[in-house]
Amino acid sequence: MSNTPDVHARIADLVSSNDVVLFMKGTPLFPQCGFSARAVAILDHCGIAYESVDVLQDMEIRQGIKTYSDWPTIPQLYVKGEFIGGSDIMTEMFEAGELQQLLAESGVARAE
Amino acid sequence: MPMSAAEIEEAILAALPGAKVELTDLAGDNDHWAAKVTAPQFAGLSRVKQHKLVYDALGGRMGGVLHALQVTTVVPT
Repeated sequence: MSNTPDVHARIADLVSSNDVVLFMKGTPLFPQCGFSARAVAILDHCGIAYESVDVLQDMEIRQGIKTYSDWPTIPQLYVKGEFIGGSDIMTEMFEAGELQQLLAESGVARAE
Repeated sequence: MPMSAAEIEEAILAALPGAKVELTDLAGDNDHWAAKVTAPQFAGLSRVKQHKLVYDALGGRMGGVLHALQVTTVVPT
């Protein structure tokens, strides 16, 4: 069974030990999917530091993340351990200025 | 087998009666859709919960048979 609790524990550790985590397909430099590429572009535009996890390199996380957040798709954004949404929600929030506000209020570090 | 516009709309309307569904075929291949859903059921819900209602309406096909569905949710004013 791929969604064993230990993958959830691994995910919980990742999202609690980093202010901002983006689970994506590929890497920020080489996104492997249009939705992941958009999520990267939005975070880069916000100018904040973030950790990225390439789910294509870790099939257990690729499936486990979907049951962890009860969200069927990748990418997934977490801020201070909380699931924020996928690419669509990031886009909606960014266009409404809500994402920038959330990041500012969460006091996350700026990108160098 | 990708989903057709009619199947997507039908599934969403079945789960969200009274909703309005506007579909755009992003890539002309029945596999990359953009869906703008306006539904009274979204009122008071967070964006994540609104989108989950749409995903739930598609009964777990999201991310599987339905590879890419770009969802925008709107609360009717």
